[in-house]
Amino acid sequence: MFVINCPYCGERDQSEFSCGGEAHIVRPKQPTELSDDEWAEYLFMRKNIKGVQFERWNHAHGCRKWFNMVRDTSNDKIHAVYKMGEKPPVI
Amino acid sequence: MTKYRINKTRFVDQTKTVSFTFDGKKYHGFEGDTLASALLSNGIHLIGRSFKYHRPRGIMSCGSEEPNAICQINNNTDLTEPNVRATEIELYEGLKASSQNCWPSLNFDIGGINNLISPFIPAGFYYKTFMWPKSFWKKIYEPLIRLSAGLGKSPTQPDPDIYDHKHEHCDVLVIGGGISGIISAKIAAKNNLKTILIEDKNILGGSTIYQNNKNFIIDNQKSNEWLMNEISELEKLDNLIIKTRTSLAAFHSYNYLLAKENISDHLPLDKKNGSIRQRLWKIRADKVIVAAGAIERPLIFNNNDRPGIILANSVKKYLDFYGVSTGLNNIIFTNNDSAYETAVSLFEKGISVKIVDIRKKSSSNIVKNAEDLGIKIYWNSTVVNTFGYKKIKSIEIMNLSEDGSNVTGNKHKIQCDCLSISGGWTPMVHMHTQSGGKLDFREIDQVFVPTEKSENHINVGSCNGDFELEEIVKNTNYKVKKFLNINEGGFDKISVLCSKESEKKNIWLLPNTISESKTKSFIDFQNDSTAKDIKLALREGFKSIEHVKRYTTTGMATDQGKLSNMHALGIIADTAGVKMGTLGTTTFRPPFTPLTFGAIVGRSVGKFFDIVRKTSIHEWHVQNNAKFENVGQWKRPWYYPINNENLHEAVQRESKAARDSAGILDASTLGKIDIQGSDASEFLNRVYTNAWSKLGIGKCRYGLMLNEDGMVYDDGVTTRLGENHYLMTTTTGGAANVLSKLEDYLQTEWPELDVFLTSVTDHYSTASICGPNSKKILNKLFPNKDFSDEAFPHMSYQDAIIDKIECRIMRISFTGELSYEINVESKYGKSLWENCIAAGEEYKITPYGTETMHLLRAEKGFIIVGQDTDGTMTPIDLQMDWIVSKKKYDFIGKRSLYRSDTMREDRKQLVGLLTDDPNEILEEGAQIVSELDKKPVEMIGHVTSSYFSPNLNKSIALAVVKGGKKMNGQKLFVPMENKNINVTVSDFIFFDKENKRINA
Repeated sequence: MFVINCPYCGERDQSEFSCGGEAHIVRPKQPTELSDDEWAEYLFMRKNIKGVQFERWNHAHGCRKWFNMVRDTSNDKIHAVYKMGEKPPVI
Repeated sequence: MTKYRINKTRFVDQTKTVSFTFDGKKYHGFEGDTLASALLSNGIHLIGRSFKYHRPRGIMSCGSEEPNAICQINNNTDLTEPNVRATEIELYEGLKASSQNCWPSLNFDIGGINNLISPFIPAGFYYKTFMWPKSFWKKIYEPLIRLSAGLGKSPTQPDPDIYDHKHEHCDVLVIGGGISGIISAKIAAKNNLKTILIEDKNILGGSTIYQNNKNFIIDNQKSNEWLMNEISELEKLDNLIIKTRTSLAAFHSYNYLLAKENISDHLPLDKKNGSIRQRLWKIRADKVIVAAGAIERPLIFNNNDRPGIILANSVKKYLDFYGVSTGLNNIIFTNNDSAYETAVSLFEKGISVKIVDIRKKSSSNIVKNAEDLGIKIYWNSTVVNTFGYKKIKSIEIMNLSEDGSNVTGNKHKIQCDCLSISGGWTPMVHMHTQSGGKLDFREIDQVFVPTEKSENHINVGSCNGDFELEEIVKNTNYKVKKFLNINEGGFDKISVLCSKESEKKNIWLLPNTISESKTKSFIDFQNDSTAKDIKLALREGFKSIEHVKRYTTTGMATDQGKLSNMHALGIIADTAGVKMGTLGTTTFRPPFTPLTFGAIVGRSVGKFFDIVRKTSIHEWHVQNNAKFENVGQWKRPWYYPINNENLHEAVQRESKAARDSAGILDASTLGKIDIQGSDASEFLNRVYTNAWSKLGIGKCRYGLMLNEDGMVYDDGVTTRLGENHYLMTTTTGGAANVLSKLEDYLQTEWPELDVFLTSVTDHYSTASICGPNSKKILNKLFPNKDFSDEAFPHMSYQDAIIDKIECRIMRISFTGELSYEINVESKYGKSLWENCIAAGEEYKITPYGTETMHLLRAEKGFIIVGQDTDGTMTPIDLQMDWIVSKKKYDFIGKRSLYRSDTMREDRKQLVGLLTDDPNEILEEGAQIVSELDKKPVEMIGHVTSSYFSPNLNKSIALAVVKGGKKMNGQKLFVPMENKNINVTVSDFIFFDKENKRINA
């Protein structure tokens, strides 16, 4: 049970948040132009890294804002938290 | 005083007698006793029978590591508790304890025969023997094994006790109230840090509190007296919370810890009443100091499990803390100096004591002290056998060979009534590893010690591998000050004198003259696994420590191997010829000691188990005999039986009434999302499959929402309230998820859209009136309103007033009947409903529940998302092509509808099914096949909705069938347990296909 520093609310218990999977997967602007394979890449393919992973999180039981987080999945150390649309930090 | 209560101490009040029963017989102890110390004071060692061989077993320790002395507490059906360690339960008046795992009685146990046939039941016996024939397992083997095995008995009635949870935050949490924990807590609290100190015993002090040996001096006082003063000072500190009877259960990442506090377990039954029994503390600590201490190791030799064989330091605690002697003719068997403290204590109380030491010599102060007292010491010797069935009577010892791998010389027999054993100490590294910490192996004394790397927790005292008193005090002081960034004060100037151990020797499995297969050298006392079993596992090819553990069940009993894991590892390492450090340990998982289910669930039982949501009309439904069903957290009226009607009869009546005259449904639970903003129309275009831009203000439209994978996710009617204002409805169960999904897209994919979403589900109550007479009822309710088709057509909305209350009326229909939904603010829901009922009286308006609603919509072939769909259905599969816009460039899920897989023609598709016998009602979920004779029978679909339609007077069903779109008229079969039902594929709109009634 880690503590997450919500960029809008500050430090809160993990139980207030829900994880939305891998971050920085942008929905294609023109899906109809894509081949089945390209669309499947967007739709299904997700990394599952042991180590530093960029993730989407939602403060579901708080401000309900989505934000990004850099977490080491091997020890749950959180390296950075940043707002949607901000550039991912270099870790 | 009993024969064995030989000493007066300040910890047991010998003026306050407490009576209790063990196996039905009444005994006396004193306030301050544990069940174990009280039994020992009455000379009782035999407590239970072992798990596999049913060997007599006695008290072996004085704490949570106890493997043998586990009891059943109380014998009533609701409060009884199995597997309670006698060493941990505090004695109270009226305590009833009994032994476990024996039949017919503790003294004569028929299962003891297992001990005689034990050569035939080695490790893996059950896995190997009961494999064949396979069919015997369920009916013969398993019930028999369950009958003869097992620990205590579970209660059969609900737990009447109250349990509690509490959240706590602190700067420093100190785990363990021994000397290092006390030093740590004092340093922290004196430096203005909010500190919590938890200790699992009823008083602070650990093992130092009864350390009265003259060789252990702190600031010119005996260490127990020095500590006593420190504790009384500690109790004066304001920012220190001391929690005794509180044991740490789990140490999670980010210093999140769970601790269980026993609040009333130690109170007499009449005082427990109404009190909270246990409280689970959920602690978030900035810094954690683990001072969990160490557990004494047993020694592994032949027949090392007899009652009367007790860990040496426990013998000292029973003597110096509880005032109880575990025997009057004691032998101490040790490989280290610490057991000599026990010897000196026993000698000073006038109890006969001899020492058997596997070492050749030791020159420490405490050994010299024992020698000076004239205590007989057998150096370089080991115990090779013990005698006495229900209590130890004598031992045989032999000399060790030069390298310790064998025994030499003659056997020498010594009489005794207690054998105190000590194999050294194991640091309690459980907390450290639970939090993610790693371990190093220290060769010199064969212990795993914490690798200190964390910034947020440290280990101090003997759990960190510091065993000498001076080390403990000075290292704790130094480490804690550094950890907490404290420069001044603390215990810098303290002087500590102690005996120091210089000679160290450890043999995991002590040698014997007889072959290993004929010895019983127990490693895991509770699960009866022996050194022989571990070696067998290795011979059979198990290499990983985790596999050996599971094959032999070593360390898998209720004590989780606190006494056995190290020896198992040591014997594996010795046998396999590898270093223990490279072997690693098994995983230490929470909880440290067993937690009650009550403590885990706390107050979340009964009506607090989950949130119950009720509409504002709920009370009316209750008064009118509604039966409810749970839809998500909502209680929805299911049907309203009259005169003992069953579900079927009530639904048939309600369905008929709704189509013949008028019905009314509480639709308040439907999810409602208020959507506003200049891009609201564009937003709806993107989330629904159909087009929204041209929907006029005051109009309603049905929408289907997909996932990005093209599968139907939710549906509902959305109403355009204004130019930039919509009210979306969702399914009852899907409301929260739909809101989350929409917020996700708005915040992450389309932040440029000017749209605001607000959940208003709870803000409005909805009465839905349907049936041919509904228009007349609406006219009565709103006499000034024009409900003609021209003024108020289907799929439109208007505002209205009733009793000064503002309403929104939508003319929409889920039943296929002329239908109006009236929405008011929730607080007026019941009054609106009662108005509707009154106005409808002359038309016999009939309240109907969800079951009738489902039937009516099934007659019309309207789907229910989640019943007729399961996350694998596209709108095309549902034959709802009409709602999927071809013109829109994009919407959620659009691209997926053109994937080769979603375009397959043999996907499961929605169809209607009619049974050949119109009175036969299919079971929902039943499988559908096209050929009965072909084996294996291919399942081509399943029934999703099925009802007897009173309006059509026949059975109807919706189903999904592979390639179903092209199967109209085809005969299929629904095989059931006793028969095959013949069905015909039909159109899935069974009733009023021309939609005449909606516009009637």
